[in-house]
Amino acid sequence: MFDIIASAAANLPGITGYIYPNEYELQWGLLIIIYPYLTGLVAGAFILASLERVFNVSVLKPVYRLSLLTALSFMIIAPLPLLAHLGHPERALEMFLTPHTASAMAMFGFVYAWYLMVVLLLEIWFDYRQDFVRWSREKTGLVKYVYLALTLGATDISDKALAFDEKIGRVITIIGIPSAFLLHGYVGFIFGSIKANPWWSSVLIPIVFLFSAIVSGIALVIVIYMVSTMFRLKRLDMRCLNKLAELLLYAMIVDFSLELLDFIHRLYESEESIHILSEMISSRLFVSLIISQIFLGTVIPMVSISIARFGKFPAEMRRLSYFIAALLVQVGIFSTRWNVVIGGQLFSKSLRGLTVYKLDLFGLEGLLMGVGLLLLPFLILWGMTKLLPPWPDVEEAAEARPALT
Amino acid sequence: MSRIPQQVIPLVVIFTLALAALIVGRQLLVPESFGDLGHYRADAVGEVAALDISYAGAQACLDCHEDIYDTKQEGHHQGLSCETCHGPAANHAEAPDEFLPLVPRGRDYCTPCHGYNPARPSGFPQIIEENHNPGESCLTCHNSHNPATPESPQECAACHRPIVNQKLVSHHTNVECTTCHTVPDEHMSNPRLVRAKRPTEPETCGQCHSRSANSSKNIPRIDMQTHGNRYNCWDCHYPHSPEANR
Amino acid sequence: MKERPTMHRREFLRNFSRKIPTVLTLATIPIHKLAAAVEGEYKASDHAYAMGVDIHKCIGCGKCADACKTENKVPREPHFFRTWVERYVVPDEGPARVDSPNGGINGFPEQGEQNDVLRQFFVPKLCNHCQNAPCVQVCPVGATFTSEDGVVLVDDTYCVGCRYCIQACPYGARYLHPTKHVADKCTFCYHRITDGLLPACVEVCPNQARVFGELGQRSSPLRRLLRFNDIIVLKPGLNTEPKVFYAGADGEVR
Repeated sequence: MFDIIASAAANLPGITGYIYPNEYELQWGLLIIIYPYLTGLVAGAFILASLERVFNVSVLKPVYRLSLLTALSFMIIAPLPLLAHLGHPERALEMFLTPHTASAMAMFGFVYAWYLMVVLLLEIWFDYRQDFVRWSREKTGLVKYVYLALTLGATDISDKALAFDEKIGRVITIIGIPSAFLLHGYVGFIFGSIKANPWWSSVLIPIVFLFSAIVSGIALVIVIYMVSTMFRLKRLDMRCLNKLAELLLYAMIVDFSLELLDFIHRLYESEESIHILSEMISSRLFVSLIISQIFLGTVIPMVSISIARFGKFPAEMRRLSYFIAALLVQVGIFSTRWNVVIGGQLFSKSLRGLTVYKLDLFGLEGLLMGVGLLLLPFLILWGMTKLLPPWPDVEEAAEARPALT
Repeated sequence: MSRIPQQVIPLVVIFTLALAALIVGRQLLVPESFGDLGHYRADAVGEVAALDISYAGAQACLDCHEDIYDTKQEGHHQGLSCETCHGPAANHAEAPDEFLPLVPRGRDYCTPCHGYNPARPSGFPQIIEENHNPGESCLTCHNSHNPATPESPQECAACHRPIVNQKLVSHHTNVECTTCHTVPDEHMSNPRLVRAKRPTEPETCGQCHSRSANSSKNIPRIDMQTHGNRYNCWDCHYPHSPEANR
Repeated sequence: MKERPTMHRREFLRNFSRKIPTVLTLATIPIHKLAAAVEGEYKASDHAYAMGVDIHKCIGCGKCADACKTENKVPREPHFFRTWVERYVVPDEGPARVDSPNGGINGFPEQGEQNDVLRQFFVPKLCNHCQNAPCVQVCPVGATFTSEDGVVLVDDTYCVGCRYCIQACPYGARYLHPTKHVADKCTFCYHRITDGLLPACVEVCPNQARVFGELGQRSSPLRRLLRFNDIIVLKPGLNTEPKVFYAGADGEVR
């Protein structure tokens, strides 16, 4: 009789205690980790762009358009992991056709559509419109017609028209900030509103998501700005970079404080679930939470940015320090998403046992697919910078030329 | 028209088209019965209800096998549905000659319920398979449709094995069940209806454990008047394993 | 000789019910349901189903879990269950040891030395068909819903397979069907109950540990169970208002 138990246990390595039989399969894997990671980058990059526009933080001018394009390219890919993880992707349109108003997830289609169509695309279009018109007149061949199509027939670049573009762009940005908050706060709400899951169920989750989004977005723009400038053999605008690093640090302080608050609150309240959650943190999540998220992804970057920004160091050192910090932040935020999504499924809702998550290499939920989905936005961004150069120096060079009108 | 800036016009057109596409799409693609009863496809209810059955239900068996039903009604298996042992038989009910249900004969059909398991409610008839006529088919002695034992059980352990096992390793190992329980004869043949009686007075324990009791010297004694004040003995001690309370 | 009159009555009733079943049936149905009954039509809004589980009666044979898989064509792998049986072994000290090997279908092997056991018992689990069902709340497209007779169902031609409902269920009662790629769960055997049959698990339960019935019916085994026992529902703090009622389950059960 005992060998039956032994063989049953051998079939399911890594499971400790009791989990409900239906919990042997983890429902949400790598794809669902990538989704909030991507939307976080979108929201963060957009909020960064808005700072320049709405609050006139003019030192950020060099990364304004770059942030917008980054947000757009990640936004385009964001729904792909969601779609790929569905059991029936061909039925995805039902979210638009018969959205269930009581469901947090049903609002996805609308929040996404609103953000993509009304906020991002419009803002980019109004910002680039005069360039479209100009490029459609300057360039030759097929590109000319692409730009002409992008103008949507609105070729008026009189001062009055440009003033209107500027005004409406500002309005959209102002609408865009709460929308970006909504986009990612909402993703947090999807998790935070699941009362069945004590790891997720918390009012703080949407806010933590929001600030971690800002952190990840700023860090991403830092990386992209530094790498793209290097490849374009241009000089980095150090004032801009310092400002970015500063903003990143502030956002991280808020984010980390909120996470600590959440942690302390749980520990202090010490509800029924605390035993299994502590066990999970000290065993299953130790590497991804304590080491990767908190130590590598939060403490080290915060310390290194503080030292580099406010100490007296040569610019070279600073740049290197910012760059490494920004990369580590990405690792940290990805771990955050991992710990939320996977952590919420590693313990049984019976609160009596822990299971394991095994990441495959191949397949729809596999590592390669995940890496592909994470690289795809960069490919799109690269293409987009070819078509819609976001570099201010290009703009300035164009402006230096006599107007064609 | 001149008041509306030129760039607004294509945007208005695009957004109107998108909205129109959504409205038209909804008209075309939303299933017809969606929303009739709530936010779901009302036809789905009928589709679930129309699934095939595998278990015919005891009533269907009764229609043909009245004799067996009658036998079953007289014994302890009266509450048992035919398909619990004979397996799903909807196809048999539909086409009796074409499909035949299981006719279980092996011991392993009875032990899932009657094999000893300490988590089973006490009083539920259980056997220790290794000790209970090993190798013999249950049907040799028991009619599964009326599984009364050939004779009334002589031992309490035949049914109350878990309790007896516990008692066996306790200091009460030599105390007969009937020392404390009064067991009417009818309890043997009709255990559910006629119950054995549990002690109601501490004096039952006092027979052996009171200071004045006429029993072996090794038995622990207490003062019945003062010990445990107003509690009954079994409120603190478990009589089938009295030393279990450390 | 004392037995004779009761035997007579029982025999009489049995023959009576067999010969003229319609008369009996009509007598137990409230007047307002007669019209539908005469037409033979099932009217969902006249019903409100629920289940009772008597822990003291469950013998852990696993017949319910097995019959459920047969009746509902649930995949046989040990990770997909619409209903399953758990064994709780509460020791003198420390947390309860719970297990459910293959949902209890192959029985519960003994756990070795049992000297520290305070009490042990079996608990059948299934979808609680909550009045306030979190799974229905979170379904983004309306593919899972509460029917008019109070049963939580899945529309498997409409489910997108997002698995949000599986995450939202506090009881682990849902799984993703490995070949249909949609959420799947207990339906109270909706195809049986709407036809006047019992759910498969209740049908095969040898010890009547499971009792199925209508909440609105004043004289029924379910009502009796609810009347004479201390009843709990699982995880009451989550305000899901389950319609599976447990008699005799203690606080360890969750």
